Amino acid sequence: MDTLLLSRIQFGANISFHILFPTITIALGWVLFYFKLRFNRSGEERWMDAYRFWVKVFALSFGLGVVSGITMSFQFGTNWPGFMETVGNIAGPLLAYEVMTAFFLEAVFLGIMLFGMSRVPGWLHTLATFLVAFGTTMSAFWILVLSSWMHTPAGFEMRDGVAHATDWLAIIFNPSMPYRVVHMLLASGLTVAFLLAGLSALRWLRGDKGGDVRVSLVTGLGLGALLIPLQILAGDVHGLNTLEHQPAKVAAMEGNWNTDTNVPLLLFAIPDETARENRAEIGIPNLASIILTHHADGEVPGLNDFVAEDGTKMHPPVAPVFYGFRIMVGTGMAMLLLSWAAVGFMAFRRRGPEGLPKPLLLALVPMAFSGWVATLAGWYTTEIGRQPWLVSGVMTTEQAVAEVPGPMVATTLIIYLSVYVALLLAYIGVLYYLACAGQDAKKRGRPDMPGLNPTPAE
Amino acid sequence: MNTFGDPAIWLPLAFAGLMGLSILIYVCLDGFDLGIGVLFPFATDAEKDRMVASIGPFWDANETWLVLAIGILLVAFPTAHGVILTTLYLPVALMLVGLILRGVAFEFRAKAPARRKRLWDFSFWIGSLMASLAQGFMLGLYVMGLALTPFTLVFATITAVFLTVAYSFIGATWMILKAEGDLQVKAIKWAQGGIWGVVLGLGAVSLASPFVSTRIFDKWFTLPELYFLVPLPLVSAGLIFLLWRLLRTLPRESDALCAAPFAVTIALFTLGFIGMAYSFYPYVVPERLTIYESASAPESLMIILVGTLVVLPMIIGYTVLSYVIFRGKATELRYY
Ligand code: HDD
Ligand code: HEM
Ligand code: HEM
Repeated sequence: MDTLLLSRIQFGANISFHILFPTITIALGWVLFYFKLRFNRSGEERWMDAYRFWVKVFALSFGLGVVSGITMSFQFGTNWPGFMETVGNIAGPLLAYEVMTAFFLEAVFLGIMLFGMSRVPGWLHTLATFLVAFGTTMSAFWILVLSSWMHTPAGFEMRDGVAHATDWLAIIFNPSMPYRVVHMLLASGLTVAFLLAGLSALRWLRGDKGGDVRVSLVTGLGLGALLIPLQILAGDVHGLNTLEHQPAKVAAMEGNWNTDTNVPLLLFAIPDETARENRAEIGIPNLASIILTHHADGEVPGLNDFVAEDGTKMHPPVAPVFYGFRIMVGTGMAMLLLSWAAVGFMAFRRRGPEGLPKPLLLALVPMAFSGWVATLAGWYTTEIGRQPWLVSGVMTTEQAVAEVPGPMVATTLIIYLSVYVALLLAYIGVLYYLACAGQDAKKRGRPDMPGLNPTPAE
Repeated sequence: MNTFGDPAIWLPLAFAGLMGLSILIYVCLDGFDLGIGVLFPFATDAEKDRMVASIGPFWDANETWLVLAIGILLVAFPTAHGVILTTLYLPVALMLVGLILRGVAFEFRAKAPARRKRLWDFSFWIGSLMASLAQGFMLGLYVMGLALTPFTLVFATITAVFLTVAYSFIGATWMILKAEGDLQVKAIKWAQGGIWGVVLGLGAVSLASPFVSTRIFDKWFTLPELYFLVPLPLVSAGLIFLLWRLLRTLPRESDALCAAPFAVTIALFTLGFIGMAYSFYPYVVPERLTIYESASAPESLMIILVGTLVVLPMIIGYTVLSYVIFRGKATELRYY
């Protein structure tokens, strides 16, 4: 395999591993802040117990987010030197602002948030919790500004093959930025909502019906039910924005080969890029046109418009974009169904989590990581949908790659992959252990030691 | 706009200064917490908990200085960034894997089932070792002008060992400050055993750089510059002697001077760093690319500089706050 392909796989693997943890920490920081506020207001122990349980999950996720993030910041130099040489004048300041306004803030106050509770006044601890949540959100903001700029670049001019900034406001508020930031923050909220609900459902099913499990379960389900309609709305608007700026991507998402009116919404199909047609199509007539243009006879762009005279394809590979999009939307639908059903049962039976039927609780457990699936699927749609461009219309991915020998990239790729697989298994294993061991400790009559081994938290 | 003269001259210089400052802060701060990891096999299980507790609230912020340093290299000197990181491809990867292995161990060793703790302790140690060795290796190659020949590789291997010992030395001095009782006595022993790494490390880098490049040789050994430069090695030698004497008299009555070895070591690292910075200026890729040739466009540097001037004092402020909150001897770390 060549260096380009290997570097792409390596970058994709690294960022996919990285994003798993930020999606959790961004929103979980706010949830912890909420728990802390509820405790401050009511003085009820269950809120503090919930805080103590979830702050462990937070600390663990944060640790993994930090180490994989440090790897990310080196990737630009080791594998994509062309990226910084061409668009460094724009990407540089954005990354610098992320480090300065976000990373230090979260890293320093994390220490106080985790270990300072007995050393600082209560208000300072609450403030630290707030600043950590704020820091992770700022960091998401800046990196998404950069990512959006790569999709819909604005506010710059090319001089001697190098991008120079002309208008920073246009760079930051580039056409797709608001949509992407909103959609990603909601994705993070949903990931955490279902993680809260899923792990708490597991604890509940194992007979641990303590106050903290109860509030976590209700918070998770409520948050999920609240955010998912917003997410569907945001996704729809995001899609319209993409139609305007990256029509080739939308054509791939819809699996639409020829520009046409009255295009059906494909629920399933097998896109075949050599024959340039779909097999095994199942679709709802006119719906894609309606969603994208709000008219049944609206025109939807087709992939064949993006093939040059000489046959070079200037559209992304169709299958991954097509499937990725369906996986994301499908997961979103499952989230809608489950969270609304659960909230419905709790509202009508008026017994809180007691009113949830067992099959529903069982279904929530595997949904604990559904946010990860949807988030990754969404990012794959977005990023692969931008190919062959790295920065739309400015430079292709191929132009940025380093001249590092292929075998060297292959070696590091194998090392990273094995470390990531091991860490992912360990992470999920520890979450499961924390969820189950708390209850075992309670059985042994030590409710204050939720499942820790004799060492205190570090 | 031109109050300070040509921005194409002073902006790169300002950023080289900022980058140097973050590398120095990184080497001192992450140096001590990597060093603690390297010392892990010499400690008992109870001592390990104490050692980790002494760095728990800080390590993440310490590593952020590396992100800042590499970030400045990336944003201010993009071409140099590409050349350096592609040349150092493998040691960088080794360092990153090391940082991953040790970084995750902080959380896992406290949260995984008790029987897995050994495994995470091992991961903490091996990760710290890998990261320190890789950094020392990169330092050596950098001093050798990023050339890859058998000789430079041997030299880099030697600096890898010295830097690792130097890190464990500063780690030991941190433990002298943070520990009490038996562990403190042990830390003093570790420091006494590790001081040679600092001496040889400083010596190797200082002696090698002038002989690799005649430019650096001339910078140091011409008059009148020599008069200004002589204090640098002399003060360093004095500090090493002071450290050596100090370590033999510790621990003292009511723990007096327990912070002194750590402070003196930082002074020593700083002097060494100034010497290196003097040697390599104005090059960012030794003998190939100067900071002026590889700098980004002034408009972009300007916008970062403004942000930096606003944010850096705040960062330093709350970093100090956290060291104040967690001052004193390391106690058990608890979430509540
Ligand atoms: C939408 C969110 C998001 C995305 C797309 C990325 N990150 Fe990230 N990153 C975060 C959200 C985040 C975060 C929430 O702020 C983290 C996770 C845990 C943490 O400590 O901060 C973080 C940590 C983190 C760190 C460690 C910071 C520290 O020491 O505290 C670095 C160096 C990076 N990231 C770098 C990157 C790079 C170079 C990326 C892209 C190429 C990237 N991240 C994508
Ligand atoms: C956080 C979630 C993200 C995920 C899961 C993700 C995933 C991916 C994937 C799968 C590719 C490969 C596409 C292909 O080559 O076919 C890619 C490409 C790329 N993305 Fe992202 N990305 C994310 C965010 C970002 C961000 C925030 C940036 C930059 C600021 C970025 C920069 C790049 C670059 C430079 C490439 C080109 C290298 C390559 O093709 O692999 N990505 N990304
Ligand atoms: C169910 C309805 C949903 C719709 C209609 C929708 C729509 C979209 C669209 C059109 C994109 C591509 C943006 C582009 O062109 O660049 C996208 C990306 C993405 N989606 Fe969704 N989405 C939905 C649900 C979800 C859910 C439930 C999640 C996660 C919990 C999610 C997470 C993401 C992420 C992380 C991205 C990539 C980042 C971005 O471009 O903002 N989506 N979504």
